[in-house]
Amino acid sequence: MNTLPYKTYLNSPTGIKSWLLTKDHKRIGLMYLMAISLFFLVGGALALVMRLELFSPGEQFISAQTYNQLFTLHGAIMIFLFIIPSIPAALGNFILPMQLGAVDVAFPRLNLASWYVYVVGAIMALGAIVIGGVDTGWTFYTPYSVQTKGAITLIVMAVFVLGFSSIFTGLNFIATVHKMRAPGMTWFKMPLFCWGIYATAIIQVLATPVLAITALLLVLERGVGIGIFDPKMGGDPVLFQHFFWFYSHPAVYIMILPGMAIISELMATFSRKPVFGYKAVAYSSLAIALLSFVVWGHHMFTSGQSELSAMIFSFLTFSVAIPSAVKVFNWMSTMYRGSISFDVPMLYALAFLFLFTIGGLTGLFLGTLAVDLHLHDTYFIVAHFHYTMMGGTVIAFLGGLHYWWPKIWGRMYSEKWARISWALVFIGFNATFIPQFIMGSQGMPRRYFNYLDQYQPMHAFSSVGAYILGLGFLIMVVYLWHSVKNGPIAGSNPWGASTFEWTHSTSPPDPHNFKEQPVCDHEPYPYATTIFKSTNPYEMDDSDK
Amino acid sequence: MDTTATIWMPQQASTIASEVDALFYFVYWISIFFLAVITFGTIYFAVKYRRKGKRDQLTSGPHGHTGLELTWSVIPTLIVLVMFAWGFQVYLKMNVIPKDALEIKVTGYQWAWIFDYPEGFNTGGELVVPVNKPVKLLMSSLDVLHSFYVPAFRVKMDVLPNRYTSIWFEAMYEGEFQVFCTEYCGKSHSDMLAMVKVVSQTDYEKWLEKQSDDSGTPPAEKGKKLFTSRACNTCHSTDGSKSVGPTWQGTFGSTEVMASGEKITVDENYVRESILNPNAKVVKGFQPVMPTFQGILSDKDIDALVAYMKTLK
Amino acid sequence: METSTATTGHEERPEFLQHHFATAQQQRETSKLGIWIFLVTEVLFFGGLFCFYAVYRSWYPEMFHEAHKLLNVSLGATNTVVLITSSLTMALAIRSMQVGSKKWTMINLGMTLALAGTFLVIKFIEYSHKIHEGLVWGKFFTFGEIDATNPHLFFSVYFAMTGLHGIHVIAGMITISWMMYRTSKNHFSADYYTPIEMTGLYWHLVDLIWIFLFPMLYLVG
Ligand code: HEA
Ligand code: HEA
Ligand code: HEC
Ligand code: CUA
Ligand SMILES: [Cu+2]
Repeated sequence: MNTLPYKTYLNSPTGIKSWLLTKDHKRIGLMYLMAISLFFLVGGALALVMRLELFSPGEQFISAQTYNQLFTLHGAIMIFLFIIPSIPAALGNFILPMQLGAVDVAFPRLNLASWYVYVVGAIMALGAIVIGGVDTGWTFYTPYSVQTKGAITLIVMAVFVLGFSSIFTGLNFIATVHKMRAPGMTWFKMPLFCWGIYATAIIQVLATPVLAITALLLVLERGVGIGIFDPKMGGDPVLFQHFFWFYSHPAVYIMILPGMAIISELMATFSRKPVFGYKAVAYSSLAIALLSFVVWGHHMFTSGQSELSAMIFSFLTFSVAIPSAVKVFNWMSTMYRGSISFDVPMLYALAFLFLFTIGGLTGLFLGTLAVDLHLHDTYFIVAHFHYTMMGGTVIAFLGGLHYWWPKIWGRMYSEKWARISWALVFIGFNATFIPQFIMGSQGMPRRYFNYLDQYQPMHAFSSVGAYILGLGFLIMVVYLWHSVKNGPIAGSNPWGASTFEWTHSTSPPDPHNFKEQPVCDHEPYPYATTIFKSTNPYEMDDSDK
Repeated sequence: MDTTATIWMPQQASTIASEVDALFYFVYWISIFFLAVITFGTIYFAVKYRRKGKRDQLTSGPHGHTGLELTWSVIPTLIVLVMFAWGFQVYLKMNVIPKDALEIKVTGYQWAWIFDYPEGFNTGGELVVPVNKPVKLLMSSLDVLHSFYVPAFRVKMDVLPNRYTSIWFEAMYEGEFQVFCTEYCGKSHSDMLAMVKVVSQTDYEKWLEKQSDDSGTPPAEKGKKLFTSRACNTCHSTDGSKSVGPTWQGTFGSTEVMASGEKITVDENYVRESILNPNAKVVKGFQPVMPTFQGILSDKDIDALVAYMKTLK
Repeated sequence: METSTATTGHEERPEFLQHHFATAQQQRETSKLGIWIFLVTEVLFFGGLFCFYAVYRSWYPEMFHEAHKLLNVSLGATNTVVLITSSLTMALAIRSMQVGSKKWTMINLGMTLALAGTFLVIKFIEYSHKIHEGLVWGKFFTFGEIDATNPHLFFSVYFAMTGLHGIHVIAGMITISWMMYRTSKNHFSADYYTPIEMTGLYWHLVDLIWIFLFPMLYLVG
C-alpha cells in the first residue's frame, strides 16, 4: 500500500469550520498537539535566553527584573500550558478511545470545550506577559505575589481557567475508560497506556479544584484585599504554600504517569513482549495516584513546619518511590528474551529509563530530611525536576509522538534525522543538567540572576549544553514538519504493534476510527501467539519482500 | 584547613556538616548502584535480545514473576526506610538547639540581612561569631519570605514575616562563609548576600567592644556606611536614577508630590518618618514596599543617614 | 462495571442517542457517571474553603465566636428552609417527567426557580446590611465593636464561602431555566430525562453545601 487511505479524519469533512467545531477526539487531540508544541517551543526559547544570561555572573544583556520574569514565564508556560495538558490532552485524546475500541470519548462536546477553555487560558497567560510581566516564580508564593506589581492577577486567573480545561479532560477520560470499552475488554485487558491515563485523570479531577480555589483566593487577595494570606492582616502566607502544593505535588504525577504510560506501550511494541508484570504496573499507577495526595509537605521542609509533620511527609514521600521502582524494574524485564528493535520511539524509551531513573533517584535525596535542608531551593532541585519533567515526561512524550506520528499523519519522518536529533537531545540534556546537580549541592541557589564566580564553570557548561539541546529540537521541528506532506507512506501498522489503533484502523484513521467495531478476545500484547504484520517502509529486509 | 570539600559538597565548616554529608553519600552510593543496575541491565538486554532475523515473528518469554515483583518492592522499601530514619535522626539534631547557645537575632528584608546582638547593637551584612561555640539564630522578616542559607554549615531555614523561626550551628573553623537568601524575594533576591565571619573567642570579644563605641567617625561617613550595610542602596540610588524607591540625590530639601496629592518638603522630620513609618506618606509613582526600620535603626543611625543624605546634592 | 458497546445490527436508534454510544442505557450511565465526577470536583472546590475555615477558626477561636454573633440567624434559617424546599420541588420535577407529565415538570421547575430567587433576595438583604455596617472582608472592614483580634478574617471567610455558594445558586438557576426551555420544546419524555436528573443532582449538592455552611457560620461560628 503506497497511497494514503481515501477518506480519513484529516480530510473529511474539510474546511476550517469543520475543525473549529469538531467533536472528533482525533481532531481535538491534534489541535491540542499543535498548541502544546507551540508552547513548548516558546518555553524552551525562553530557557535559551536565560541560559545565555547565566553564562557569566552579573548582568550580561538583560536586567534582574527581566530575568525574574523570564524564569517565571518559562516555568508557568512549561507547567500550565505545556506539560500538564501535553500527553493526556494531545496523545491521550487521540489514542485512548482508539485503544479502548471506542468511537469517541464519553463527552465529545465537553472535550471540545476543554480545548477552547485551554485557548482562553493561554491567551490570558500571554496577555499577562504583554501587559506587564510576572515575577513571582511559577509557585506564586505569598506575600510577595500579593505586593509585587505586574500582571499577577491575570496570570493567576489564567491558571484558574486552565485548571478547568484540565478537569474537563480528566472527567471525560474517567467516564470514557469506565463506559466506552469495546466488547470483551475487561479492566485487565486494557493496554497500559489506558491505565496510566486513567490514573492521571483521577488526580486531575481530585487535585485541580483545590488549585482553582487557591487561585481564586489569591485573586481576591490582590483584588479586594481579603487578607487571608497577608501577614499584616493576621493572615498566614504559609497556608498558601500548603494549598499550592496540595495541588502541585499531585500535579507532578499528572505529568509523569502519562509518560510512564507511553513507556509501557513502547517497551511492549519494540520488545515484542507483553509488559512484564502487567498487573503490578497497572496497580502501581493507581498507587502513585493515591499516594501523591499525601506528600505535599516535602516542598516545605524549611518553611518552619513542625518536626512531626516533617517526619510524616518524609516518610510518605518515600512510599511513593516504591511503585515507581516497581515500574522501572518491570520495564527493564520486559526486554528480557524479547526481540528488540531500535526504532526511534524505542530509543526515546531507553533514554527515558536512564534519565527518569536519575530524576527519581535524586528525589530520594530530597525526601531525606537532613539532606533536603541543604539542597532545598538550590540548583539541585532545578536539576531534579528537569530530569523528571524533561528527561522523564518530555522524553516519553517525544517517544510517543514518534510512535504515533505515522498513525496521526499516515506518513513517516526521516529516520536518519530523527536519530541525529535524538542523540543531540540526549547529549545536550545531560550536558545542561548534570552540572546543575553539582553546583546545586555546592550551594548555588535557584532563581538567581547573579551568582558567585565559583559557579561560573558549571553555569557555562550548562549553557552550552542547552544550545546543543536547542539544536536537537530545531532539527526535530524541521524533519517532522517536512514529513507531514513528504514523508513515505506508513501503512496501518508500521511497527507491528498489537493494540486496536494499529490493528483495526488505517493511518490516518477513518473519521469513525474503525470500519467495524473491534472486539477484544485476547490478553493485552499477545506477541507470543499472534503476529501483527508490520508495514514499516524502512525495514523491508529480504524476508519481508 | 579546607580539606573537606568534594566535587559534590562544599567544605564542612560546622559540626553537623559531616553528618549531613555522610547521609548524602549514603543516598548517593545507593543511587549510583541502582542507576548502574538499570543502565547496564538495559544495555545488556538491548544487545543480547536485539532483533535478529525476521521482523514478523513470534516471541516467547516470561510475562511476570511474583517472586521478582516482591523482591524489587521489598528491597527498595527496606532501603528507603533506612534513608528515612537516618534522615530524620540527623534532622532532629539540627533542630534541637543547645542550651548554652549564643543567641543572635536575624532580620531579613528586601534585600539585606541585619544581625542584632544581645549586647544591643546590630550589624548589616556581616555576622561575626566565635569559633567552637553553638550559635542560635532567631529569625524573622520585615516584608516577604526569605530564607537563610549557609552552604558550608549545611543549614537553611525560611524567614517569615509573621512568626519566628530558628536554626543553630557551631562553626569549626575561623574564616568567612557565604550566606545566601534562598527564598525568592523579588528583584535583588540574588544579591541578598551576607558573610558569616568566624573568629576566635578573644577576637570576638575585642570586636564586641569596638562595636559599642563608634564615637570616632563623623556622622555623614557613618551614614554612608549604613546606607550600604543596611541595604538602603538596593532600593535607593545616589546618582539620580529611579529604582524601587526614589533616588537620594538632591532629595533633601526638595519638594515632592505624594500619592495622596499632598506636597511635602523633605526635611529631617519627614525623613525620620519615612524610615520609621514608611507607608504613612508614599511618594507618588512608588509602591508602599519599604519596610519599617523601627527598632533596627537607632536615633543616632537616623541622624547619620540624614547627614549623609544632605551631602548628596 | 462491565459495559458492552456491541451493536446488534440495525436496531432503532432514538433521536436523543448520540452517535458514539451504542445504547440508550450506555448513554444514560455515562452521563450519570460524568455528573457524579463533576460533583466530586465541586465538593473538593468547597473543601478547600472549608479547610480555610477550619484553620482560621482554630487560630482565632474567640474571634470567630464574637464575630459570628453578628450574623442574622433568622434570615439564615429562613434561607435554609427555602433551599431545602427547593430541593424537594426539584425532586418532584424529575418524578413528574418520569411519569411523563410535562405540565407538572414545568410547574415544579418553576417553583424551584422561584425558591432559588427567594434565597438570593434574602442573601442580598443580608449582604447589603453587612456592607452598610462595614462588616466586610479584609481591608474594607470598618466595624469597630468586635472585641477580638482580626475580626475581618471571619468576614473574609464568610463572604468567600457564601459568595461562591451564591454564584453556584445563580449557575443552578440558569441551568433550571434552560431545562424549562427544553421541557417546553418537548425534548424530554418518560424515556429520556437525563439532563433534568443531572440538574437535580447538581441542585441537591448546592443545597447540601448550604446545609453545611449555615451551622458552621451562623450557629457555631
Ligand atoms: C514529573 C515530575 C516529577 C516527578 C515524577 C518527581 C518525583 C519525585 N520527587 Fe520531585 N519535584 C518535581 C517534579 C517531580 N518529582 C518538581 C517540579 C519539584 C520542584 C518544584 C519547585 O519547587 O519549583 C520537585 C521537588 C521535589 C521535592 C522538594 C524539594 C525541595 O524543594 O526541597 C522533593 C522532596 O522530597 C521531591 C521528591 C521526589 C520523589 C521522592 C519522587 C519519586 O516519585 C521518584 C520515584 C522514582 C525513583 C525512586 C526512581 C526509580 C526507582 C529505581 C531506580 C529503583 C531504586 C529505588 C529505590 C532504592 C527506592 N521532589
Ligand atoms: C516541562 C517543564 C520544563 C521543561 C521541559 C524545561 C526545559 C528547560 N529548562 Fe526549565 N524550568 C521549569 C520547567 C521546565 N523547564 C520550571 C517549572 C522551572 C522553575 C521556574 C521557577 O523557578 O519558578 C524551570 C526553571 C529553569 C531554570 C532555573 C532558573 C532559575 O532558577 O533561575 C533553568 C536554568 O537553566 C531552566 C532551563 C531549562 C532548559 C535549558 C530547558 C530545555 O530543556 C529546553 C529545551 C527546549 C528548547 C531548547 C526549545 C528549542 C526551540 C527552538 C530551537 C525553536 C525556537 C522557535 C520558536 C519559539 C518558534 N529551567
Ligand atoms: C524594599 C525597598 C526599600 C528599602 C530596602 C529601603 N527603602 Fe526607602 N523607600 C522605598 C520606597 C519604595 C520608597 C517610596 C515610597 C514611600 O515613600 O514609602 C522609599 C522612600 C524612602 C524615603 C523618602 C524618600 C523621598 O524621596 O521622599 C526615605 C528617606 C527612605 N526611603 C529611606 C530609606 C532608608 C534610610 C533605608 C535603609 C535603612 C531605606 N529607605 C531602605 C523602598 C525601600
Ligand atoms: Cu531574600 Cu531572596
Ligand atoms: Cu513534590
